Amino acid sequence: MSMPFYVSPEQLIRDKADYARKGISRGRSVVVAEYAGGIAFVAENPSRALHKISEIYDRIGFAAVGKYNEFENLRVAGVRYADLRGYSYDRTDVTARGLANAYAQSLGAVFTSEPKPLEVEVVVAQVGLEPGTDQLYRLTYDGSVAEEHGVVIIGGQTEAVAGPLREGWRADLDLPGVLSLALAALSPDPAGGPARTLSADQLEVAVLERARPRRTFRRLEGAALQAVLDGGAPAAEPEPATADAVADAGSHSGLPSDRVD
Amino acid sequence: MTAHLPRAQQPEQAPGLSSSFSEYLGVHAPELLPGRRALPGVDGSSAGGSPAGGLAPHATTIVALTYDGGVVMAGDRRATAGAMIASRDIEKVFPADAWSCVGIAGSAGLAVELVRLFQVELEHYEKIEGALLSLDGKANRLATMVRGNLGLAMQGLAVVPLFAGYDLARPGPRAGRIFSYDVTGGRYEEHEHHAVGSGSLFARGALKKLWRPGLDAGAAVRVAVEALYDAADDDSATGGPDVVRRIWPVVAVIGADGYTRVPDAELGDVARALIAERTAEQEGRVR
Repeated sequence: MSMPFYVSPEQLIRDKADYARKGISRGRSVVVAEYAGGIAFVAENPSRALHKISEIYDRIGFAAVGKYNEFENLRVAGVRYADLRGYSYDRTDVTARGLANAYAQSLGAVFTSEPKPLEVEVVVAQVGLEPGTDQLYRLTYDGSVAEEHGVVIIGGQTEAVAGPLREGWRADLDLPGVLSLALAALSPDPAGGPARTLSADQLEVAVLERARPRRTFRRLEGAALQAVLDGGAPAAEPEPATADAVADAGSHSGLPSDRVD
Repeated sequence: MTAHLPRAQQPEQAPGLSSSFSEYLGVHAPELLPGRRALPGVDGSSAGGSPAGGLAPHATTIVALTYDGGVVMAGDRRATAGAMIASRDIEKVFPADAWSCVGIAGSAGLAVELVRLFQVELEHYEKIEGALLSLDGKANRLATMVRGNLGLAMQGLAVVPLFAGYDLARPGPRAGRIFSYDVTGGRYEEHEHHAVGSGSLFARGALKKLWRPGLDAGAAVRVAVEALYDAADDDSATGGPDVVRRIWPVVAVIGADGYTRVPDAELGDVARALIAERTAEQEGRVR
C-alpha cells in the first residue's frame, strides 16, 4: 500500500503561482493607458481573428494576456455578466468595479480549487465622463485585484519597461502620444534581440472614446491606425453624421455608431 | 444578481449556450423574458377579446419605405387605451443596431420590452462574435422573439413589429429592406413600402400613391410623414403632427452611413410644409 505524498499548502500555492506566472510571461505584453480623450489599449498581436482586446460594455473594455482559450472564456463571461446586468437594471448600472469583482471571484475560485490555475492576466478599464475619472483594474491569475492609475502593462517581460512607461505617462497625452509611449514599451524583443519597430499590421489597437455616446469602444485598424501612428490627428470618424445625430436624439436611446469590420 | 460570473469556464454546465442573449436569459433569468409571463385569471380560451388588451396602452401606426440606397421608417406619437389617448409623445421607432431599426405596433409595454431585448440581443452577438449578424439573421431573431410572445398575444396583448435595415451584403440602391411580422412569428419581406398598426390601412393607401422608384432620402422622409398624416386623418388612434406642442413623428433614416434619426427641426419644416399644402388645397371649398 502506497502512502500519498504530503504536500504543504504553501508549497502547493507556490507551485501553482509559479506555473501561472511562467505561462503569462511567455507571451507578449499589452499596454492599457489613459489619455485625454479616453483609454487606449495597445497589444502586439499579428492575428486578425484572435483578439486580446475587446469591448465588454458601453464604457468598459477588456484586455488580457496568457492562454487564449482561458481569457476568451473570461471575456465571454464578462459580456454576458454586463449585458444581463444592464438588461435587468439599467445600462448605467454596469461598472468596471462590479465586473472586476466578478472576475476576481472567478479567478480566485479556479486558483484554489482547480488543479491548474488560469494562466491569464486581465485588465478591465472603464472610461469616465471627465478626464481623471477613468478606472483601471488589473486582475492576476490568483484573483487579486489592483486598481491602477494612468497606465498599466501586463504579460511578457515587463520588469525593464514598466518603469519608463510609468514615468513617460502624463494625463494630458493625446492619442498619438499615448500610442508612441505604448509602442516604446512593446518594442523590446522578447527573444533578447535588438528593439523592433512594430508596424500597424502587427498591432491590435482599440480605444474607449470618452466623448462618444453610448458604445465608446472602437478598434483602430488599417489606414486609420497608420494615420495615428504617423502622429497625425486621430483618424477621421468613419461616420460622424451618425454619431452626432444619435447624440442629438435626446431621450431616444442612441445606438452604436462604431463600424465593426 | 450576485457577483458571480456565469460559469463560462465549464461550457458543459450550460448546454446549448450560443451567442444569443435571449437564450442565455432563458437559462439564467427566464422571468426577465417578455412573453414568459402568464396573466393571472385569464386563460388562453378568451382569445383576442380579453379585457387585458383594453387596459394597456396601445401603440399605433408605423410606416416604412425604401429609397435609393436605404430605407426610412416613421411612427406617429400616439398611444391609446380604449378611447382615451394614453400618450401623445410616445416613441415607437427605435434603432436596433447601427444598421437597422424596429417600429412597434400593439401592446406598448410589451413591445418596448421586446425592442429592448432585441437591441441587447444584436449587441450581444456583435460583442461575442466580433461580427455583425446578417440582416436576414436579425430579421429571423426578431421573428423568434415575436413567436415567444404568442401566448400573451392570444390574450389580447399582441406585439407586431416592423423591421427595416440596410443590407451590408448588397450595398447599392436596393440595400434598404423591410420585414413585417404576424403575431405567430411569421416573417415576411416587404418590397418598396409597408405599414403596420391601426392606421396602416390608410397609410398603405397613401404610400401606394406617393411612393415611386428613385426617391432620395429627403423625399422619402416627406412621403413617410405624409402617409402618417393620412393615417391620422382617418384613424382616431393615430396622432397627426402636433404644431401646438411641436411634437413630430419619429423618423429614422438608414442609409450607407447607418442609422440616423431625423432631427426635430427638420421634421417640423416637413410637417409645416405639408400642412400648408393641405390647407391650400382646401382654399375656396365649401361644406
